[in-house]
Amino acid sequence: MIPELEKFVGFSAKNLPKDEPLASGHRACQGCGEVLALRMVMKALGRDVIVCNATGCMEIVTSPFPQTAWNVPWIHIAFENAASVASGVETARKVLARKGKISKKHVDIMAVGGDGATGDIGLQWISGAMERGHDFLYVCLDNEAYMNTGVQRSGCTPYGAMTTTSPPGSQSFGQVTWKKNVPAIMAAHGIKYVATASPAYYLDLMNKVKKAAMVKGPAYVHIYSPCPTGWGSAGERSIEIARLAVETKVFPLYEVIDGKYVMSRKITKPKPVTEYLKTQRRFRHLKEEHINYIQGRVDAEYEKLLKLSEM
Amino acid sequence: MAINDAIIGWKTLPFGGHVLEPGSTVKFKTGDWKSQHPVTDNSKCIKCGMCWIFCPEMAYQQTEEGFYVANLDYCKGCGICAHECPKNAITMIAEEGGKCQSA
Amino acid sequence: MSKRVGVEVSIAVADAVALARAEVISAYPITPQTHIVEHLSELVANGHLDAEFIPVESEHAAMSCACGSSAAGARTFTATSSQGLSLMSEILYHPGPMRLPIVMVVANRALAAPISIWNDHQDIMVQRDIGWIQTFAENGQEAVDLLLHAFRVAEDKRVALPFIVNIDGFTLSHVIEPIIMPDQEDVDRYIPAFKPHYRLDPRKPISMGPVGIPEVYTEEKMAHNEVLKASKRVILQGWKEFAEIFGRQYNPVEVYRTEDAETLLVTMGSISETAMTAVDEMRNAGKKVGLVRIRLWRPFPGPEFRKAIGKAKTLAVIDRCLPPGAVCGPVGAELRSLLYRVPGAPKIFSFVAGLGGRDVTVDRFKEIVDKADMYAKKRPVELYEVIGVREK
Repeated sequence: MIPELEKFVGFSAKNLPKDEPLASGHRACQGCGEVLALRMVMKALGRDVIVCNATGCMEIVTSPFPQTAWNVPWIHIAFENAASVASGVETARKVLARKGKISKKHVDIMAVGGDGATGDIGLQWISGAMERGHDFLYVCLDNEAYMNTGVQRSGCTPYGAMTTTSPPGSQSFGQVTWKKNVPAIMAAHGIKYVATASPAYYLDLMNKVKKAAMVKGPAYVHIYSPCPTGWGSAGERSIEIARLAVETKVFPLYEVIDGKYVMSRKITKPKPVTEYLKTQRRFRHLKEEHINYIQGRVDAEYEKLLKLSEM
Repeated sequence: MAINDAIIGWKTLPFGGHVLEPGSTVKFKTGDWKSQHPVTDNSKCIKCGMCWIFCPEMAYQQTEEGFYVANLDYCKGCGICAHECPKNAITMIAEEGGKCQSA
Repeated sequence: MSKRVGVEVSIAVADAVALARAEVISAYPITPQTHIVEHLSELVANGHLDAEFIPVESEHAAMSCACGSSAAGARTFTATSSQGLSLMSEILYHPGPMRLPIVMVVANRALAAPISIWNDHQDIMVQRDIGWIQTFAENGQEAVDLLLHAFRVAEDKRVALPFIVNIDGFTLSHVIEPIIMPDQEDVDRYIPAFKPHYRLDPRKPISMGPVGIPEVYTEEKMAHNEVLKASKRVILQGWKEFAEIFGRQYNPVEVYRTEDAETLLVTMGSISETAMTAVDEMRNAGKKVGLVRIRLWRPFPGPEFRKAIGKAKTLAVIDRCLPPGAVCGPVGAELRSLLYRVPGAPKIFSFVAGLGGRDVTVDRFKEIVDKADMYAKKRPVELYEVIGVREK
């Protein structure tokens, strides 16, 4: 057990904070699961936080000059470097507090980015920040492609998915690689807290974000974020799809606490992956062989995860 | 409109191009994006708050009686609330003439 | 009174950063910048400097950390060189418009390919338009003094802009020179505490770095450009105050034996010392030759430069940078633009010399002056000439 988490009191349905550190009027698409996840993250963190945002959908839709959706201090520099900017903010506050130039009251530092900013272009910057041990949390809002630039594939795009740079055709069936396991890469840094979360399980999500913020040193939360525009799904089904991803074992929910894998929700009676795949146009072209492969691999990956949690 | 607000001369731009007023997107009413809006049947509502927590627009607010009402100034009409309501108390109603009623 | 001591310039530069009481240093090692950051981490490790040293994983991260640190309100320093400066490039464009007064030393070095650790100005000329204040030091004392000046000016509320002090790699960074290290009390008097206009703080939440839509992008760029141009007043004031406290006066453009000179060498950085020797020898031989040295590169000191060249008929401009396919070196191009159609303006000849650690000797300067005088009579075929290059 991590000492910081010994006094952890989770959110419950009855004590959800009413405050909205992220304001209405942002420009996210209808039914955006990513901004909804971000809203939950911010509700969990409250207002004593500084947000370092990577370039991407959330940065664009929340900062249309001369307006901002942020009720907390927020900075955006570039695509790949949110973790470095957070390192700088955290370090500056440490030295300024030591010198009595700012209040010693603890303020959480969050870096937040999409799957491209996290698993692809920003991996080195995050790795550096985690290895150096800055006291911050990194939140990845994973909508499984470069949505802001028009749905191009990323390393986090799932196998078989159609994107504008992984189009199915006579020579291709869409994305040919399996989704990169970014949480495992983060866990490999030996940081104290890593978790996956889904907005369909909002209490679980908010509790994990709160834990990540409480932990001293780096922590990481990887959040599944449905994108109706990029996935070709109905806006009203964003939460349903997020739930299905968990129920089909496509996106398992777990924590890695001090190196120990803990399943947040064991799926004993999984739904077939087809239930999940058929909700989204990006999987519409897949043939039986691909679906069979996905089912087999999803089962195998889940087994691996269960084994890790039993170690 | 936000674009008109951005028509600022270089001499009067805020320092560093910062936005100094937090949460100022509330001035931008996204309600006119929608083609449908939610209507809650309070007789079916169990006040569970699913519509509120699952709203990407922070549009729902709780009344003194404990019911939830969507602020149509911000509701984009995605329909997550109606879809997730465990009692099917919310119905999405098409906007008339494609125009926003709240704008 | 401070003593003059023999010290490696990099060490003196790091000591100056400590005298300036930098609070956050984020840096990645690259030759020939290494001695600066090594000494700084030592000063932090020994408790001589109450600061945090962030040993980042790349120069891009160094500048990214610096942006975060400065935005949070800490006095922030970094140093780099060459490939590292290029890796930072994307982020170098942010602190200017965002008004983050980061101070950086660039130990100037050539750019690959072929890879070269030795000195020229190609690294910084690539970053000419990043919108930072930029000065070039000639010697070790100047490197120290310009660095203190950089902190004083960058953080001035009227400026709030990032600042680069260029020092030539090896030929300046690694030499031992007699340097007067200022007293801490004097430096404290010269550089007041950093009081940013805004900082990232939950008590007063602001958003830094929002989207610049077409309706406002031009105005944002204009505002940055205007504050950079206007910073010259504070730069000059900073040097005046420096002279009052430390007794050494600096100017945007320095002149050497320019009285009645007909031909002027124009240089930046440490080769100017050799150029002065060449001027002395040519003067002894009866040639009316002088030297103009540009210390302030951005914002470019146009009026000061025009005044410095007086009534000279010929300028021989030396660029330590070869921009392939361009009409001439960047300093040459700048000066041609500045003096174009100015009545009585001198003829300008552009020379490229001292690339990748190639020495520019006294004889080379003489050769440059001779060629400039010759071209003044008979127009050259090429718009610039590379000096000291072998053909076979």
